[in-house]
Amino acid sequence: MKKYQLGEFEEVVLLTVGVLYKDAYGVSIKKDIETRLSRNVSVGALQTALRRLEDKGYLTSYDGEATEERAGRPKRYFQITALGKKALEYTKSTRDELWSAIPKVALRLVVGN
Amino acid sequence: MKPPKFPLRFFRWFCHPKLRDSIEGDLMELYGERVKELGKRKADLKFTTDVLLLFRKGIIKPTEGYKNLNTYGMYKSYFKIGWRNLIKNKGYSLINIGGLALGMAVAMIIGLWVFDELSFNKYHQNYSRIAQVMKGGKFEGKHYVGQMSLPYPLIDQLKNNYGANFKHVVPASWKSDGVLSIQDRKISKTGMFIGEDAPEMLTFKMIYGTWKGLKDMNSIMISESTAEALFGDKDPINQIIKINSEKEATVTGVYKDFPKNTTFYGVQFFRPWEFLVNDGAWIKEQGWDNHFLGIYAEIQPQATFESTAANIVDAEVSAIKDLAYMKDELKYNYEILLLPMSDWHLRATFKEGVLQSGPEQLVWFIGSIGVFVLLLACINFMNLSTARSEKRAKEVGIRKAIGSIRGQLVSQFLSESFLVVVFAFIIAIVFVVTSLPWFNELSGKEMNMPWAQPWFWISSFIFLLTTGLLAGSYPALYLSSFKPVSVLKGVFRAGRFASIPRRVLVVVQFTVSVMLIICTGVIYNQLVFVKNRPVGYQREGLLMLPKKSDVFNKKAEALRAELKNSGAVTEIAESGGTVTSVWSNNGGFSSGGKNLDQGRSYATLGVSHDFGKTVGWQFIEGRDFSKEIASDSSGFVINEAAAKFMGFKNTTGQIIHWKNGPWRMDRDFVILGVIKDMVMASPFEQVEPTIYFTMGWKSWLMLRVTPGMSMQEALPKIEKVFNNVIPDIPFDYKFANAEYAAKFSTEDQIGKLAAVFAVLAIVISCLGLFGLASFVAEQRTKEIGVRKVLGASVANLWKMLSTEFVILVILSCVIAAPLSYYILYNGIQQYEYKTEISWWIFVAAGFGALLITLLTVSYQSIKAAIANPINSLRTE
Repeated sequence: MKKYQLGEFEEVVLLTVGVLYKDAYGVSIKKDIETRLSRNVSVGALQTALRRLEDKGYLTSYDGEATEERAGRPKRYFQITALGKKALEYTKSTRDELWSAIPKVALRLVVGN
Repeated sequence: MKPPKFPLRFFRWFCHPKLRDSIEGDLMELYGERVKELGKRKADLKFTTDVLLLFRKGIIKPTEGYKNLNTYGMYKSYFKIGWRNLIKNKGYSLINIGGLALGMAVAMIIGLWVFDELSFNKYHQNYSRIAQVMKGGKFEGKHYVGQMSLPYPLIDQLKNNYGANFKHVVPASWKSDGVLSIQDRKISKTGMFIGEDAPEMLTFKMIYGTWKGLKDMNSIMISESTAEALFGDKDPINQIIKINSEKEATVTGVYKDFPKNTTFYGVQFFRPWEFLVNDGAWIKEQGWDNHFLGIYAEIQPQATFESTAANIVDAEVSAIKDLAYMKDELKYNYEILLLPMSDWHLRATFKEGVLQSGPEQLVWFIGSIGVFVLLLACINFMNLSTARSEKRAKEVGIRKAIGSIRGQLVSQFLSESFLVVVFAFIIAIVFVVTSLPWFNELSGKEMNMPWAQPWFWISSFIFLLTTGLLAGSYPALYLSSFKPVSVLKGVFRAGRFASIPRRVLVVVQFTVSVMLIICTGVIYNQLVFVKNRPVGYQREGLLMLPKKSDVFNKKAEALRAELKNSGAVTEIAESGGTVTSVWSNNGGFSSGGKNLDQGRSYATLGVSHDFGKTVGWQFIEGRDFSKEIASDSSGFVINEAAAKFMGFKNTTGQIIHWKNGPWRMDRDFVILGVIKDMVMASPFEQVEPTIYFTMGWKSWLMLRVTPGMSMQEALPKIEKVFNNVIPDIPFDYKFANAEYAAKFSTEDQIGKLAAVFAVLAIVISCLGLFGLASFVAEQRTKEIGVRKVLGASVANLWKMLSTEFVILVILSCVIAAPLSYYILYNGIQQYEYKTEISWWIFVAAGFGALLITLLTVSYQSIKAAIANPINSLRTE
């Protein structure tokens, strides 16, 4: 099933864009992921992921305001598209299916022997 | 607070321009925060690593550049808007594309025709080095060239003493018919005797056998179609063919039939020249004074025709200067010359011994018609586009106000014109493909669409490009020059002078069309005039049969008796040639010591006693040959032209002395009578002075079919007689009237071509006029409404709307008349027997053009005039 292709990091980025809603741009996304998931994100990795999501049609972007701390460069805001939402739902439902398919016994971990 | 310079510069250099600003902003923001938290040194380091980690696919700008995407989109929009414009105005688009397609199709067909004419004989790979040897000389102080008949000793002279100049020297007989037969099959085909090097020189395309096929004296090479007719699919090599039911020959080669655009088209078999020489001992005895063969030659690869011709020019003089019997001819200063193959077709007509370029001029004339017709179609396109420009003025204004520069608008309109041109081109190709068979029939050619040739596509592309530019340039430059302010204010009016270029173009269009009509009319008139020329004999019901073998002479009496018995034939005669051509010319006539030649020779024809009765010639004075009077073998019958040329007071009874080498003649003759001129050679020329006598070899039979009997009835009877008496030779005949009609084939073709093109030119011009008229009527809808309300009648309005066009067409006629008179006056001078250029053709052409114009324009103007004014006034 190659219906919705979404890598692990891409999924994280897409979800974070959703979390930040109106305030999702490069720096804010990076910081959010870093605090929530406590993992380091390089600007390069993030920008490539954003670009790839945009090409797939899961995100749209628009130029925002330019501020002084950005040396007059505009912010690039991101938004989830309908297709992006579907992709997320699809990923989630496949995970849920897998969860529910696991027999309870398999998760009862044996302690000691 | 600034980040390190070098990484930043590096980032700016590699980053995709679309992403550059936003990512740089992110980097700056992060850097600012990091400086506060971690200090400048650590922030610098982190900044550098971030930049390095950004250096990856997706962020780096593409190497091939990204900007062309933009212009591509622009062109796409141009074509989209162009397409919408076409769809919106369907009628106008139809006229525009249809007219252009018609013009293109005509230009393409003419292009193919011109190409076919120019590629004549290029079938032969040695085209650029082959020449025909010809003879020139000085007579009466004038220099003459173009004698293709050459003496027998010249072959050895060129081969032996001038051989270094040539790769091949190939003697050839003239084309003649022969009967080829194997056991039960016999067919009559045209063939010739030719030197053994001919297949190599003319690069025959061999199917069986090799180019060496003519080495053996008793061999024969036949064409593919002949092989098929005789042997079917079998390999015919080494089969025996009987020729004229006398001699046998072995097939040594089969070559592909020559295509129509070659000199050797229709030659179905070749036999070795050596056979002819050895068969009739008489040939070897011929000296320099008998001209009866042709010589073709291929020059050395590195030589030019000029240098070779200079080497061989005195080939004859050097040989005859020591010969006693040629002493008298030395004064003519004979020259041996070369006529290159490239000149054979278009430049090899000679008039009074001077090379004419008539056929070549004709090719360029027809070619220029093609260019003119295309020009007419382009003018239509320009006119309709500019006329509609007011409709698009607002669009231009808005585009300009938004920021289009003029160059962009020019390219927009050009791309629109290319759209139309490409559509028209596709339709034109369909036209050409469907009409080519018909056109081939009309022009007697064998033309195909050269799909597989790269030059066809290259020239089509260039053709499209030039037509697109030509047709689109004026609208593009004109429409893009509008001032946005005045256009958008809505006060745009093209002004009094805006329609002047349009009017000029209409005048040009109709001038060309009217000229074409006039030329067609005059050519047609000339043709009818010549066709009605009195020919001096009865060509209806006259059959001519070649005596293909000696059997005809052996069985002459039986044949004569049987034919008369059949009731289908009243008279039978023999002659040295047909009545529809001049086969021999001779000089050496004198009277009482006075030379009667005066620098020219007389056409001569040997005939039997009953020839006159059979063909039906008419006497002005004197009498015909008579079988009863034995002394008539020393009698001449001459034609009116000869009588006039000789200039006696009483022509009949004059004694003429004839001294002639080849004829071995040196005695007196008496003139028995004078006949009305018989048109034997070209009907467009004056009749040559001609002398008829009873001596000489008779190679043709003339049959007079019983008057009142139809050919369908007579022919089977005649054929039956021939099949009974001479069963070995297939019955083969020619109608005198058909042969005579064939003399008009070139002129007939030109007449038909000119007529077709003239009609097409008029159709294209009228299409344009129709479009213009409809546009003008549409533009003045409101004015017409107001006028009608105020009481104008339909006739008034019709007059108002038509006047402009009528004036333009009258102006065109006024320009076209003197121009075409000038062209025709020069063109018609080349015919000796010609009609006056009648004034009524000019008047008729003018009125015709006017009538067609009125019809075209009236449809639109009357439609506008009878429309209900309420509708027109309610618009907007």
